[in-house]
Amino acid sequence: MSVFKPIIELRDVRKSFGTFEALKGINATIEEGEFFSLLGPSGCGKTTLLRMIAGFEPPTGGDIIIDGKSMDGISANRRPTNMVFQSYAIFPHLSVADNVGYGLKTKKLPKAEIKREVDKALSMVDLVGYGNRAAHELSGGQRQRVALARALVMRPKVILLDEPLSALDKKLRDQMQMELRDLQKTLGITFILVTHDQEEALIMSDRIAVMFEGQIAQLATPEELYRRPATKRVASFIGVMNFLDAAATSHDAAGLTLDIAALGKVTLPASAIPPNVHPSQITKVGIRPEMLTLLFDHDDRAEKEITGEVVSSDYYGDMTYYSVQLPQLASPVTISMRNTAGRSIAAPGSPVRVGWGTESVVLFE
Amino acid sequence: MRRGLSPTWLGFYAVVYLLFLYAPVILLPLFAFNDATIIAFPLSGFTTEWFEVLWTTDALHSAVRNSAVVASITAVVSTLLGACVARASARYRFPAQKGILGFIMLPLVLPEIILAVALIVMMMQLGLSLSLWTVIAGHILICTPFSIAILSSAFAGLDQSLEEASFDLGESRAGTFRRITLPLVMPGIISSLLICFTISLDEFIIAFFLTGTDVTLPVYIWSQLRFPTKLPSIMALGTILFVLSIALLVLAEMFRRRAARRQGQGASATEGFA
Repeated sequence: MSVFKPIIELRDVRKSFGTFEALKGINATIEEGEFFSLLGPSGCGKTTLLRMIAGFEPPTGGDIIIDGKSMDGISANRRPTNMVFQSYAIFPHLSVADNVGYGLKTKKLPKAEIKREVDKALSMVDLVGYGNRAAHELSGGQRQRVALARALVMRPKVILLDEPLSALDKKLRDQMQMELRDLQKTLGITFILVTHDQEEALIMSDRIAVMFEGQIAQLATPEELYRRPATKRVASFIGVMNFLDAAATSHDAAGLTLDIAALGKVTLPASAIPPNVHPSQITKVGIRPEMLTLLFDHDDRAEKEITGEVVSSDYYGDMTYYSVQLPQLASPVTISMRNTAGRSIAAPGSPVRVGWGTESVVLFE
Repeated sequence: MRRGLSPTWLGFYAVVYLLFLYAPVILLPLFAFNDATIIAFPLSGFTTEWFEVLWTTDALHSAVRNSAVVASITAVVSTLLGACVARASARYRFPAQKGILGFIMLPLVLPEIILAVALIVMMMQLGLSLSLWTVIAGHILICTPFSIAILSSAFAGLDQSLEEASFDLGESRAGTFRRITLPLVMPGIISSLLICFTISLDEFIIAFFLTGTDVTLPVYIWSQLRFPTKLPSIMALGTILFVLSIALLVLAEMFRRRAARRQGQGASATEGFA
C-alpha cells in the first residue's frame, strides 16, 4: 500500500443485544484496496461487526465511516458496500444472469448494458456461459462464484464476505482462497472477510483483526500476528504455541535478562520487548513448534541447546510433530520438524538434543 | 410370533371403510342423473333434466352470485391477514408471541355453532343489520387460521438472507418484497386463496345465522330441501359443487407443493449452515 487512504473507519463501534454486549468499542481503520480479515471464534462479534458495516444492524454506539461519510442512518441499500453471504443467498427463482444483474436492474440501467456488465462479471469469476442456468443447477463452488459476481458487478467500494468458503470441501476451499485473493489484487477493491479459520485469514489477508468477546485483541499483518502475538490468547488461537514460565531478573540498557523454565537464563536485546509488555510483569514466554529443532547429527549446531526425551511423535507426511519432555517442565513441548530427505523419525523414549534461538522467544505478561 | 390380521381381512376392512366414506357422496351424481322426482331405488333412467332446471332457476343464480362474492372477498381478506401473521411469526420475536398465535388459530377448533351464536349476538348488540357483509366477517374469522397455517410454512421456509441480499444490492424494502418475497411465497398465497374460497363457499352455519335477505348457496340449498320436487335438482347442484370443491382443493395442494419444492431447491444448497 503505497498511498495510505482509509476507506472504512470504525470509531468506538458498540452493539448491545439487551444486556449482552456483542461489541465493546471497536476502533480500526481499513485502507483502500486492502484485504482485511476479522478473525475470531464463534460468538466473538465478527459477524455482527460485518453486518453493521453492511447496514443490516444499527450500532448502539460509535460511528462507522465509509469513504469519508458517516453511515449513521444510512440503510444497507444506499451504502457503497456489497455482501457475499455465508449461505450465498442466490435467488432461487432467478437465473444466474438475473441474479448477477439484480442490482443493476435496481439502478434501472438499460438492458443491453446490464447484459454487458453481467457477462463481464461472470467472466471475472470464470462462469462464462452459465447465465441461463437456474440457481438450483449450480454446485456449491459455482453458487459462491455467482454470489461474488453479483457483488462485483455493483462496483462497490468494499466487498464484505461472511465466511464465504466454510461450506466448501478442503480442495475447493484452497483453490477459492487463491482465486479470491488474486481477484482482489487485480481489481483493487477492498475486501473484508469474516472467518474463524486462522489459516484462511493468514493466507489471504493483508491485515487481520483478531477478535475475542466483542473486542479487537490484536490488529496486525499475518506475519506480525504469528511472530509477535500480543497476548497468550492470540498466540494460542493462531497456530500452536509452547508456553514456558518465565520471570525477568534484570532490565537495563544492555537488555533484558530472563529466567525461563527449562531453558535457563537468557539475555534479550531491549528491542525484543513489545510495547504492551512491561518487563516486570512478564510471567510467560512462548516459542513456536517450528522454532525448536531436534538436532539429529553431531554436526548440527544451534544458538542454544538443551536435552530432552521424546514422549510421542505424530507423523503428518511432510511434517512430524514431536512431544518432547524437557527437564523441570510439567508438560512436554511440541516441536515440528520437516521430514527432509534422509532424516529419520526419533522414536518415543529416545533422548534428543533440542536447539533453539533467543530471537524466537515471545514475551507475555 | 403373534398372528396378525390376515391380508384378506385387512383388504375387506379397507373396502368397507371407503364405502362408508364415499357411498353417500356417490348417491349425489347417481340421483342427479336419475329420471324420477322421487329419490329412491331402483333408478328409472338417465336424464340431464335436473341440470337444465338449475340453468333456469333465478333464485339459484343470485345465490351463486352471492356465494361467489362472499367467497372471493373472504379469500382475499383472509389471505392478506394470514400473510401478515405468517410473516410476523416467521421473522420477528415479540412478547407473548406463542399466546397471540394460539388465540388467532383458535377459531380453527371452536365449534362453528358457538361462533355463529356469538357473532349474531354481537351484531345485534352493535345494531348492525344482517347482510352478506356480516357473513363475510364471520367467514374471514374462520378462514384466516387456515390461511395462517398454509402461509406460515411458506414464510418460514424463506431464507432471510435472500431479502437482505436484495436490500444489500440497492433494492428498496417494497421492491424487495415485490421482486423476492412475493414470487417465492406466491404458490402458498394462491393455495391459501383457493382453500379459503372453498371453505367459504361450502360454509353453512355462519352463513345461515348471519345472512339477511340475500342467501348464499348452502343456505339456498337448505331452503330448497322443504320442497320434495326440488330434491333431484339439488342433487344435481350438489354434484357440481362437489366436483368444483375437489378441483379447487387439488389445485391448492398442487400450488402448496410447488412452493415447498421451490424453496426446497433454495434450501438444499444452504443445508448445514443453520
